[in-house]
Amino acid sequence: MQLEAKDVGFRYENGPWLFRGINVTIEPGEIVGLTGPSGCGKTSFCKVLAGYEKPVEGSIAIHGSSLLKNVYHPVQLVFQHPEKAVNPRWKMLKTLREGGPLDQELLESLGIERKWLTRWPNELSGGELQRFCVARALGSGTHFLIADEMTTMLDAITQAQIWHVVLEMAKKRGMGILVVSHEAKLVQRLCHRIIDFHHMNGRRS
Amino acid sequence: MNAAFNIKKRKNTRKQFNRRKRTLVVTVIAVIFLLSIVVGRFLLDEGRVATNLTIRNAPPSIEHLFGTDWLGRDMFTRTMMGLSLSMGVGLIGAIGSASIALMLGMAAATMGKMADRIISWLIDLFLSVPHLVTLILIAFTLGGGFKGIVIGIALTHWPSLARVIRAEVMQIRSAEFVRVSQKMGKSRWFIAAGHILPHLIPQVLVGFLLLFPHAILHEAAVTFLGLGLSPHEPAIGIILSESMKYLSSGMWWLAFFPGLCLLIVVRTFDTIGENLRMLIDPTSAHD
Repeated sequence: MQLEAKDVGFRYENGPWLFRGINVTIEPGEIVGLTGPSGCGKTSFCKVLAGYEKPVEGSIAIHGSSLLKNVYHPVQLVFQHPEKAVNPRWKMLKTLREGGPLDQELLESLGIERKWLTRWPNELSGGELQRFCVARALGSGTHFLIADEMTTMLDAITQAQIWHVVLEMAKKRGMGILVVSHEAKLVQRLCHRIIDFHHMNGRRS
Repeated sequence: MNAAFNIKKRKNTRKQFNRRKRTLVVTVIAVIFLLSIVVGRFLLDEGRVATNLTIRNAPPSIEHLFGTDWLGRDMFTRTMMGLSLSMGVGLIGAIGSASIALMLGMAAATMGKMADRIISWLIDLFLSVPHLVTLILIAFTLGGGFKGIVIGIALTHWPSLARVIRAEVMQIRSAEFVRVSQKMGKSRWFIAAGHILPHLIPQVLVGFLLLFPHAILHEAAVTFLGLGLSPHEPAIGIILSESMKYLSSGMWWLAFFPGLCLLIVVRTFDTIGENLRMLIDPTSAHD
């Protein structure tokens, strides 16, 4: 299984092109960094990769075939703001279950405490919520994880904890990861290779 | 400066939470009040509304709080019976209307472009004609009476609420947690029932509360015009239209008290609805 973006171009409605002719391939177990200045279309590209938006040009394929609808999507996206990514009227346990059966080991390693499960989202901090979002996105059907500024709003210790778990998981399952971040040091430490989105996009247009 | 402002804001939210609770309590009381009037209709002394020509045209007194009419019937009992009938009609009509609005609003926003276009067109169609005209038409076609007026109210009062619900669903549908749910392979039904519906409950509740006084007023208006409930039923509209003839002879109490009662009931529920809506709006923006 490899995730492949072929000549992908995207724009909203009839707006200007955010990016065109992007070619990215992520191999299983590979950790790829994606950097670029603000507003250059990184988040939109992540959304296209994870199937949230349809590419206007080109195609996204997993192992050569395009993606199905209404089944568990093998590419999961973790957003920057966890507050928006959980239903404020659901308790955390229900939110977690949405991603599949609970994995006690995963919850423990992410530092999710048992008593958090029965709380409402507004009773947890942003960092705590983000752990839930990561745990939810790491269901057994996930082959690729796209971390769009996943740990930007967390403190260094929590960042380290979450990345440690995610990297372990990637190694164990052969899961490919795309890391989007402004922090050059973090990307350099984590990733096997780094793509400069702005450079890649600018070359074409 | 900024910090002080924040503290002030927080204090306000705490107060609001209290007011929210208070409004809920008032609502519960109003609902109990409403139920007791609807049920009390069967407990009131029927004898007091029997024709009794020896005490006709009596002004308000301790014995007859709202006075008596030209047939010696006690106006207080008649008013209560009329109110309970009107509220029954309003209640059933408003529930029907709110359900129609909920279903159509959800359908418009979740079932694709074609359904949305058709339902939006229907909403515009119903909104472009005054409620009262369609209500009279429907009630008249169904032969008037209790059934006709209830169905008429249910079929005419939904458009504005349906429009609100449609907009709300569209907003929730594009929320990140719904998109995530879709990518987890959840079905449309699961998302509609699990994610969207719980967010609509406050809107529907407020919508229903605001529809309710509206429905009562329209019922009274149509009955007043003689197109609604039949004249032997003690509806407020009937009482008011009958009293019109006696107003010039100085019997002010015939129209004054029933009208006042109607006004109080309508205003109470309208205030509760408005209050609830104001309480719910800012918090839902934070959610």
